[in-house]
Amino acid sequence: MKDIYVSRKYIIISLIVLASVALIIRLFIIQVVKDTYRMSADNNVLRYETQYPARGLIYDRNGKLIVSNQAAYDIMVVPGQTGKMDTTVFCNDLEISKEIFRERLKAARNYSRRAPSVFLKQVSAETYARFQEKMFMYPGFYVQSRTLRKYSKPVAAHLLGYVSEVDEALIKKDPYYKPGDYIGKLGIEEAYEKDLRGTRGVKIYLVDVYGRIKGSYDNESRDTLDVQGSDIISGIDLDLQEYGELLMQNKRGSIVAIEPKTGEMLAFVSSPNYDPGLLVGRVRSENFARLQADTMYKPLFNRASMAKYPPGSTFKPVIGLIALQEKVIVPSTMFGCNNGYLFVACHSHSSPLDLEGAIMNSCNAYFCQTFRKILENPRYGTVGEAYEKWRSYLTDFGFGKKLGTEFSNELPGLIPSSEYFDRYHGKNKWKALTVISMAIGQGEVETTPLQMANMTAAIANRGYFYTPHIVKSIGTGHKIDPRFTVRHETGIDSSNFEEIILGMEAAVNGGAGATARIAALNGIIVCGKTGTAQNPHGKDHSVFIAFAPKDNPTIAIAVYVENVGFGATYAAPLATLMIEKHLKGVVTNKPMEQRMLDLNLLNQSPETENEAQR
Amino acid sequence: MKRSVNIWNGIDKTTILLFLLMVTMGWFNIYAAVYNEEHKEILDLTQRYGRQFIWILATIVLAVFVVIIDSRFYLFFSWFIYGFLILLLVLVLVFGKEINGARSWFEFGPVSFQPSEFAKFGTALALATFLNNRRQELTRLKVIIPAVGIILLPALLTALQPDMGSTIVFFAFLLVLFREGMSPFIFVSGLLMVLLFFLTLLLDNLYLEIGLVTIAILLTWFATRRWKLFFAGLGIFILISGSLYLLDYYVIGSLGNELVLLISLILSGIAFAFYIYSKKAIAVLIIYTFLLGSILYINFVDFAFNNLLRTHQKERVEIMLGFKSDPHGMGYNVNQSIISIGSGGFTGKGYLQGTQTKFKFVPAQSTDFIFCTVGEEWGFLGSFIVIGAYLFLLLRLIFLAERQRSVFSRIYGYGVISILFIHFFINIGMAVGLVPVIGIPLPFFSYGGSSLWGFTILLFIFLRLDAGRTEYLV
Repeated sequence: MKDIYVSRKYIIISLIVLASVALIIRLFIIQVVKDTYRMSADNNVLRYETQYPARGLIYDRNGKLIVSNQAAYDIMVVPGQTGKMDTTVFCNDLEISKEIFRERLKAARNYSRRAPSVFLKQVSAETYARFQEKMFMYPGFYVQSRTLRKYSKPVAAHLLGYVSEVDEALIKKDPYYKPGDYIGKLGIEEAYEKDLRGTRGVKIYLVDVYGRIKGSYDNESRDTLDVQGSDIISGIDLDLQEYGELLMQNKRGSIVAIEPKTGEMLAFVSSPNYDPGLLVGRVRSENFARLQADTMYKPLFNRASMAKYPPGSTFKPVIGLIALQEKVIVPSTMFGCNNGYLFVACHSHSSPLDLEGAIMNSCNAYFCQTFRKILENPRYGTVGEAYEKWRSYLTDFGFGKKLGTEFSNELPGLIPSSEYFDRYHGKNKWKALTVISMAIGQGEVETTPLQMANMTAAIANRGYFYTPHIVKSIGTGHKIDPRFTVRHETGIDSSNFEEIILGMEAAVNGGAGATARIAALNGIIVCGKTGTAQNPHGKDHSVFIAFAPKDNPTIAIAVYVENVGFGATYAAPLATLMIEKHLKGVVTNKPMEQRMLDLNLLNQSPETENEAQR
Repeated sequence: MKRSVNIWNGIDKTTILLFLLMVTMGWFNIYAAVYNEEHKEILDLTQRYGRQFIWILATIVLAVFVVIIDSRFYLFFSWFIYGFLILLLVLVLVFGKEINGARSWFEFGPVSFQPSEFAKFGTALALATFLNNRRQELTRLKVIIPAVGIILLPALLTALQPDMGSTIVFFAFLLVLFREGMSPFIFVSGLLMVLLFFLTLLLDNLYLEIGLVTIAILLTWFATRRWKLFFAGLGIFILISGSLYLLDYYVIGSLGNELVLLISLILSGIAFAFYIYSKKAIAVLIIYTFLLGSILYINFVDFAFNNLLRTHQKERVEIMLGFKSDPHGMGYNVNQSIISIGSGGFTGKGYLQGTQTKFKFVPAQSTDFIFCTVGEEWGFLGSFIVIGAYLFLLLRLIFLAERQRSVFSRIYGYGVISILFIHFFINIGMAVGLVPVIGIPLPFFSYGGSSLWGFTILLFIFLRLDAGRTEYLV
């Protein structure tokens, strides 16, 4: 029997060889050519868990803790890894309804099947403990620990700002942030976000098919540790801040206190305000909405840096200083006052007065005539030119522009340019008298309490200031922004300040005619100036600026109380209480303190709110 | 007339070495696949790798027995063995334990036993015995039909379990019939049927029919160069389809255009066939017979696919054909399997270092998907060596089969080759995503006593026959 089909073995051999080659080619493609499978395998087993650093702490100038952190736990979910589980028990553990469960899971799935999403934010420590125990029963779920802010005192909300979750617009703008990240808003939290936020770390875990953690990856060699944010030591005196807020309770207005030598803010009060603890955790959004809806008191409105008022008589020292520098008057220059000057009225006081007396008595006539001398200075061809010169001094004092503090919402105020009047009256068609009300801080001038405190610091320093700032130092060895260590000159010779300061001293400590005797302190020479900011919509605002002690001053302060009338009535006592608290640590004038604490001035014509914010 | 031959000298050492190599590699890979921190001991009998060690020892004893037995035993008792195993396949349908919806296993206390794994060597023996002296006649239906019957019987019984994987394996024996002289046209037809099967699922029947008719017309033109035939065909078609359309439109009203077209095609095809037959154009007649057969076939496939297959079976086919992508559903196994193998890269992640393997991303990894472990932990190099080893084994077996003086031994050898080849190709092909998921083990690698013993007996009977090839002059 001859095997006639023997050659068919070659067909069979070819078939087997071809099949083997096909397998090898396929293997070559998936193992050697394509590298996507490696990634898929890694995605299967690697879980990248972001390690969120704790935000830096914030201290006051004496090392007292203002802001610290508290632990919070987010329940996370990786929708692609969820599996069979008892949702009833799960919902009970987390104290949520099944609807919420479905809703959240759906939202997470829509975002990504593979990437973790926050399932439930900031659960309590007890819930966390209960959940942690049973976590193995809930594939795809795990806990991410976060930190939330904690405030040692319910104060300084406007100063500190707050921390909130990043929104989508911001994520698009700054790729550093990812959904679920927190970011500082306003105040210190915003200004020092980069220092406070620290560095995120990542921990890589190996997980099995059920999403259970099986260990670290590559002996943790690829993990990165999170680095806690830098601590911030602020120049704020927490006690003074707290005291200021206490004093400003039930009043509308602000207090800004600055250490003149450094420009560090000692206290920064805007009232009405809110407890910063309200904007922490799960209650944040609810409370925020409530605060925002409060149009009566506007607790979110930062008056100290955003409210613009006419400075009133507190403007007079700077008018005098410019006149001295421009040599249009000398300290002994006398002007008469016949209960006013032209159409600007004045109260009754002895007349004529020299510069010191004019400050002490807050004589409107004196400063109107001084202002007129400045604007009609023959050195300048026109009133417009002289006006611009005057304006440039004011700019050097920090008026009419943003000071450049840490507050992103700081407003520039207004010192109108000569073009403004040119436009209004026609070029060279306006005279000193046209703008004379600015001599006494009325008319078109607008300044913020912060700017007034800064001006006071410049006077206390006899001619220079440092941009007001909150922060003293960052972490260990980090320098604060150089803009806060640059000495700004006002362009006024220091010798010219003496006469003005004598006037301010006399206003507080002088005899008959002194406008702010209520602010006098035992054993400390307080130099101050009252002001009454006219308010066409209601009662005037009470303003007081002061610094103390007279020599080597350590505090310069501006106090605003809205809609309550004369500066001496409310603002001056508040300022002096603050000064005494700062310098002595205790307040001796208890009756005055009690009177101020008991005052409720909130119901004074609230419709004037708008004026302050315009 | 028996010659005294030293079996140990005559047995093929190369094959034995390959066998031992594969079994050992398999064992180590099972260890990796089932590896578990709590049971690191490789001989831990509570774990699969521990038990596999027992199966391996037992299978070596079994191999020795198989080799000791006189080679004539296999020829004489082949029908008995086949019949016994067929009986087991019947009994398992009744007494078998249902696992995952299939009755494939007998269970005696702690020991399970899968008869279909043994039916393979039984079928190989029966086929070899049947064809032993009839091979010259394999062109005749009288021989082909019983030969195919021997194959189809166990295939049918395993299909009833249902275990589609094992059923498909039995069709590998067609390769033996091819080697022994069955017409390649049957294979070509088979290939065409497979092609048409996929096209049917892929395309709308209407387009497929139009395509087939076009091909038939072109073929007719090339075969005859007679336009007359073409126009006659067209005329018949227009006549029949037109009248059927009108009939449907006015009288029946429920057939629909597609069915009208189908019936017209069939009727006009038959009418045309008679016409061609009367014109003595035999080539055209063959073409049209094929055309008609194809059209009937695709409509049957379409019907069967949509009405007879179970949903999960349909999905498997659809995912394999790329109609559907569902990485978390049916395609999960394949997807994870490809990821495992693909992530191994050129040199692999290292033994016991495969993350896919370690964290159990691939189901059934110690059995059907054992190749994933090789691919992930040993990389392309390891995979290449394993495939190389199989290729070498298969080529070695072909060499051995071809040197047999006995037709029985050669046919049995090809049976072994066919079975090992289809297991090897489908199992690895499935793991790398070339073949749909058909759950069959990788010979000598996969975990499991039944399959290991089944393959060992299958292989060693042949080695015994080869060792004794000079004993008898059959």
